[in-house]
Amino acid sequence: MEIPKEEYILRCTSACAGCSASLALRYVLKACGPDIALVVPACCTSVIQGIYPNTAFNVPVYNIAFASAAACASGMIAGFRKQKKNTKVVVFAGDGGTVDIGIQAMSGAFERGTDFLYICYDNEAYGNTGMQRSGATPLGAATTTTPAGKNEWKKDLDRIVEAHNPPYLATACSAYPKDLFNKVKKALSIKGPKFIHILAPCPPGWRYPTEKSVEIGKLAVKSGVWVLYEREYGKLTINGPSKAAIIKPSPLSDYIKMQGRFKTAEAEQISKMEQRILANQNRLALEEKGIC
Amino acid sequence: MLTGSTGNKAVAEAVSQAEPGVIAAYPITPQTEIVEQIATYVAEGKIGCEYIMVESEHSAMAACIGASVSGVRTFTATSSHGLLYMHEMLNWAAGARLPIVMANVNRAPGPGWNIWAEHTDSLQERDTGWLQVYVSTVQEAYDTTLMAFRIAEHADVLLPVMINLDGFLLSHIFQSLETVHIEDYIPPFSLPHMIDTKAPLGYGTLTGPETHFKFRWAIERSMRAARPVIDDAQIEFKKRFGREYGKVDEYLCDDADVIVISLGTLGKEAEVAVDLLRSEGIKAGSLRVRWLRPFPSLNISGKELVVIDRDYSFGFGGILANEIKAKYKTDVFSVIAGIGGQEVTFGDIASFVRDRRLGTEYWFGVKANV
Amino acid sequence: MYEIRIHSRGGQGGVTAARLLALAAFRDGKYATAFPFYGAERRGAPVVSFVRIDDRQIRVYSMIEKPDLVIVLDSSVMETVDVMHGLKPDGKIIVNSAYPLEVGGKKASTVDLTGIALNVGLVVAGSPVLNTAVIGALAKMGTISFESAKQAIKEMFSDERNISAASLAFSEVNI
Repeated sequence: MEIPKEEYILRCTSACAGCSASLALRYVLKACGPDIALVVPACCTSVIQGIYPNTAFNVPVYNIAFASAAACASGMIAGFRKQKKNTKVVVFAGDGGTVDIGIQAMSGAFERGTDFLYICYDNEAYGNTGMQRSGATPLGAATTTTPAGKNEWKKDLDRIVEAHNPPYLATACSAYPKDLFNKVKKALSIKGPKFIHILAPCPPGWRYPTEKSVEIGKLAVKSGVWVLYEREYGKLTINGPSKAAIIKPSPLSDYIKMQGRFKTAEAEQISKMEQRILANQNRLALEEKGIC
Repeated sequence: MLTGSTGNKAVAEAVSQAEPGVIAAYPITPQTEIVEQIATYVAEGKIGCEYIMVESEHSAMAACIGASVSGVRTFTATSSHGLLYMHEMLNWAAGARLPIVMANVNRAPGPGWNIWAEHTDSLQERDTGWLQVYVSTVQEAYDTTLMAFRIAEHADVLLPVMINLDGFLLSHIFQSLETVHIEDYIPPFSLPHMIDTKAPLGYGTLTGPETHFKFRWAIERSMRAARPVIDDAQIEFKKRFGREYGKVDEYLCDDADVIVISLGTLGKEAEVAVDLLRSEGIKAGSLRVRWLRPFPSLNISGKELVVIDRDYSFGFGGILANEIKAKYKTDVFSVIAGIGGQEVTFGDIASFVRDRRLGTEYWFGVKANV
Repeated sequence: MYEIRIHSRGGQGGVTAARLLALAAFRDGKYATAFPFYGAERRGAPVVSFVRIDDRQIRVYSMIEKPDLVIVLDSSVMETVDVMHGLKPDGKIIVNSAYPLEVGGKKASTVDLTGIALNVGLVVAGSPVLNTAVIGALAKMGTISFESAKQAIKEMFSDERNISAASLAFSEVNI
């Protein structure tokens, strides 16, 4: 699919250098086109739009309180439908606003079959406020509130969403923009609640050089830390890069050692992560083959 | 048409006539009858709205916000804990200048679990930028709900309106109700800043200290501008439908030496107390505050005041009493009564007046008083 | 002002009886209010509803302390509740009973509402419907007119048997 030349994020965002969330959003919006309304809870994206009276985004953006993005979107799509407008509603929320404070509203909106696309861009911490631990922070990662590294696993958001049986659920990564673009396109062609979970590496938060955002994202997929897949009406398809990673994964240490946030991670934690990656890959591969 | 209705059903009936595009609500005692009645209307096709049965009150208000800015009329209803759970979004709704209409059935906040009437719930939301009105009969609940849409959506206002009715005392009482054909009493919904994908805007973006205060001042300016809009809505209502309402409801205040001031159904009960006191030779009057935000002007100079609060601000005092004291620099006899549905009869109110001690506070039913 | 207290058990229709009575009073051209006392009661627990009828608008919201009329839809509540409490000296009491009764030394009006409901087949979820029949009995006692009683029942219920029950109670009540 041809990626449109139109830009909906203009060249004046206040994003950090190397921000992969805004890179991801750039492709999301290209896939959406102009007839959408973006709903954004408190997150990095609320900041990178710029300061009133300016905005760097050339689509309507409705900023809303932290816990309420999915609920706000529910009302908005109902309002558009009532007016017989075809405008689509897309939530673009961070991991905190999704797996933590926003999970109730999100679960409610999915249960009600809301016709919208919910995108969680996951930088694995509260990035906007300076990198505090979220439910999406991985085991072993240091944040400002887990200075010695997090002792708990990352919350498995995708399986929570999956339990709502949405017609479309996908994972994506900012390092694979074409894949992301295609997934957004596909999601918007389906009626009902759609979900895309984007891994979005964060240079200041993950503590790596700004030019490495794409490389880190690719390593996340190649090592199997992040698996790219889609579920259409429940049916799982593992996408190409992750298929390759299941056959021949790159070492987890390549991914870990590039990031300052894992400096304090213990060898035991890393070995646990390796085991979990394998288990997750096996589970998905078996499911795709129809074995379980 | 003359019929009978509860306070809750009267609100639902008015809402069905206002024809919101989106209603989002969550059940809570004693408001539930409103959302049930609306659900029945939707099922019967009496209202053609989108009805979102959300998973919480926080989401109910968030959904109303999303719907309102999309360009349609919206309504929700709640009570007590539901209202308090919405608190964050109440600020958002007013700050975003969205004319959402909400019925709040006044109920005590817990703990312990108490489902009965108290005004502390809505009074905790005084400062959120919502217009607030307190009603005292089933008819008034219906009439005021119709007015609320007209007032909220007026171009000079564009602020949300909260209609408050006493839990059980009014929500569940059955009284006569005269319904009307509203015709064009409520003009079609129009929101100057509704979402238009052809002219995209950023809503609620980062706003620096050099501009934020301007938006807050704009809210206050609209609150002030709401006063003549309320007058106009009430005058037009009388012209079309014959029933007269003011910002306050005065009963025998003109020649009164002492006035009982209250909110909600207490104001009606106080009128009976006034009759009783007058039969004893005490020149009493009753002033029921209908519109609490924007705060109305009160004709109380030279009168002794007995203010009954079915609410309290801990560490300070009765909320209505202190608003009046602050605004009119006057002493009042502050009575705290009816909290958590405590029974307050017209006989009790008459004795508050007989035994008044200006400048003091009295907790009805508490032995050791301040 | 005429004040009425209705004793029943949760689920027996005391609240609806109060509303029917108020609606009938509207049709008589009067003002009325009907309201239950809401406690945390469950189905089957003794409950109380109130009705006020007057020629002018009713502004009292507090509970009725000295009723002119007490209605007992379920005589078994009299075992635990003092249904005569506060009844005015010239006040009346009507009890759902197949037999003549004295309550607190006062002759009660009686009518077999349960029998009437079963007779006309007014049974909902296994319980006889008492609230429409009692309105007929009250019309005979002069609380409301019989025409308005029938009108109110028609407005609230489409089932004709409710009118039959009210008519039977009207003719059978023992005042």
